[in-house]
Amino acid sequence: MGTCLAAAHAESELTIATVNNGDMIIMRQLSSEFEKTHPGIHLKWVTLEENVLRQRVTTDIATGAGQFDIMTIGNYEVPIWAKQKWLAELHPAADYDMQDILPAVRQGLSVNGQIYALPFYAESVMTYYRTDLFKKAGLTMPESPTYDEIRGFADKITDKSNQVYGICLRGKPGWGENMAYVTSLVNTFGGQWFGMGWKPLIDSPAWKAAINWYVSALREDGPPGATSNGFNENLALFASGHCGMWIDSTVAGGLLFDPKQSQVADKVGFAPSPKGAYGKGPTWLWSWNLAIPASSKHTEDAQTFITWATSKEYVKLVAERKGWVAVPAGTRASTYKTPEYQKAAPFASFVQHAIETADPNGQTAQPRPYGGAQFVGIPQFQALGTQVGQTIAATLSGQVTVDQALASAQSSVTRTMRQSGYSH
Amino acid sequence: MHATTTVRPKRSAGFALLSPAVLILLVWSIVPLLLTLWYSFRNYNLVDPTLQGFAGINNYWYLLTDPDFLQSLLNTLILVVGVLAISVGGGTLLAVLYDQDFFGRGIARVLVISPFFVMPTVSALLWKNLMLHPIYGVYSSMMRAVGLTPIDWLQRFPMATIMMIVAWEWLPFAVLILLTAVQSLDSEQKEAARMDGAGAIAQFRYIILPHLSRAITVVVMIETIYLLTIFAEISVTTAGGPGVASTNLAFLIYSRALLQFDVGGASAGGVIAIVIANIVAAFLVRAVARNLEA
Repeated sequence: MGTCLAAAHAESELTIATVNNGDMIIMRQLSSEFEKTHPGIHLKWVTLEENVLRQRVTTDIATGAGQFDIMTIGNYEVPIWAKQKWLAELHPAADYDMQDILPAVRQGLSVNGQIYALPFYAESVMTYYRTDLFKKAGLTMPESPTYDEIRGFADKITDKSNQVYGICLRGKPGWGENMAYVTSLVNTFGGQWFGMGWKPLIDSPAWKAAINWYVSALREDGPPGATSNGFNENLALFASGHCGMWIDSTVAGGLLFDPKQSQVADKVGFAPSPKGAYGKGPTWLWSWNLAIPASSKHTEDAQTFITWATSKEYVKLVAERKGWVAVPAGTRASTYKTPEYQKAAPFASFVQHAIETADPNGQTAQPRPYGGAQFVGIPQFQALGTQVGQTIAATLSGQVTVDQALASAQSSVTRTMRQSGYSH
Repeated sequence: MHATTTVRPKRSAGFALLSPAVLILLVWSIVPLLLTLWYSFRNYNLVDPTLQGFAGINNYWYLLTDPDFLQSLLNTLILVVGVLAISVGGGTLLAVLYDQDFFGRGIARVLVISPFFVMPTVSALLWKNLMLHPIYGVYSSMMRAVGLTPIDWLQRFPMATIMMIVAWEWLPFAVLILLTAVQSLDSEQKEAARMDGAGAIAQFRYIILPHLSRAITVVVMIETIYLLTIFAEISVTTAGGPGVASTNLAFLIYSRALLQFDVGGASAGGVIAIVIANIVAAFLVRAVARNLEA
């Protein structure tokens, strides 16, 4: 019987769905180390583009299809899916050191004190800029820039004839693509998705000011084809020297400062996310996490893998093989305490601070019925975010004006909220 | 009496042999159809299982009153008509041209037909990333080489660009069918016309074009069926955008089902698409039948 079980165990194959971001690609490469030390467990990878990944894992888990044993999901999905009992509870061993996970990140993964996913990397938002271009134009990035200042800088460093664009921002539609940036932009301009009673506030003056800023910055100083650019596309543009500034996830730091992946590694400066008229508001807190769907038949093996991939030991393994600058950021306090990391990643303490102060439940200009920093923590947000994201993208190509776009977004969000029973 | 008794067993044997296949085909198409119809009247959202029950005509009402729906119908029409015009017009022209004897004709024929063998996803990726990418693409480099600012086609003219990509894929099919038809034209007829003093244009107008009418009808019918459901090219290049500028009915249904996870709404869209496809099919079959009988 014992041999039988061992034989059955030897056959266990975990299907892992993950996103095609740089850190995940490294995890996939290094996972052969895991297979060496766990000969009974085989790994099968399904690596997908962000929007496609969301589509695949959501349909898989919602229909109980059971195609995956491990899913890469965000802190948006974890609480919603845990409440729907779609995720398996996790019980990491004591030596995993749960307390080492940054509290802001840990909170996003627990429901009623129970943990449902483990963080692979976490991010907030920051401003990257090219120190050489700033120097050439005689500019200095302030310690805490405003959106007005950023706009002025973008105008001065844009050099279209040499394909250098003052500012790169996400324009690819998707609730986790352009709307992640746009939501944090709108928050600091004093706007928000909903007021109390789930009243959509998208046609408000604050949204108009924010989107006007966004459209005019990208049209005048942005790269062509901005509506196709998401995180990865902008990363490639910045790393190959096409962007003067880029406001995006802090996780890009590790890739932009890595000379192996970036042609501008020695010319990158960084500053906090700019402030708009309201100046405050939640900014951005995202974590990519590994979770096990309740339908998985290999829960224990899956947990063994995800505790390995999110452990301190894994961080050390990446440091050994790829250098400290490439380690997954934003999750473990111990990473930030490591002198080698502090030395290799000049942005380390900056990112830690950004994550700790992102404040997904922080105050927006008016009271709000929802939580979330750069998203709205309700199941319908995937639909809303994608719909509105499409409408915002249309303003970039000049097909509709900002006013028209926001009026149409307000009306489509009102319809969806009515259809899903939030408002009548 | 005797004759019927011998025929009947044969017929029933035929039925008996055919029925499993017919049954499977029926189940194959009727079950999904019935399920789509059923879901289209239900509240069914994948990400919100708390929302359940009978939705009445809500799904239809929300879809039909959605401005995106009208836009998607219009885009579907533009795509079908545009691609048909380019592929049939261009196809006829190329067919006549390739019927002439010239050096390297064999190679030229293979070249013109080759896009037909490229998968839609691959050709869309090729056009998006290799040819039309505003920074790294071939077109962009060519424009910059002569000091011009390249146009970002997919962002500025999404519908026209997709039409161009799809036409590039379908032109070879039209050429293939029409070239075969041109070649079947009796050379004596052309010879007689030439001797009567008809020029190239008159020959084309009065002899070749009428001769091609059946083949053109076939091309139109087959292409229309495929063009109504163009998806891969849109999904890869523009994802229906910017806004809904390049969203056709097929993409709208996909977006409802798999981006917004509203299975009920998507099913309603599916039912409407089936109705529209049937209307178009009935119209086409009548038109084709008339033309083929003539």
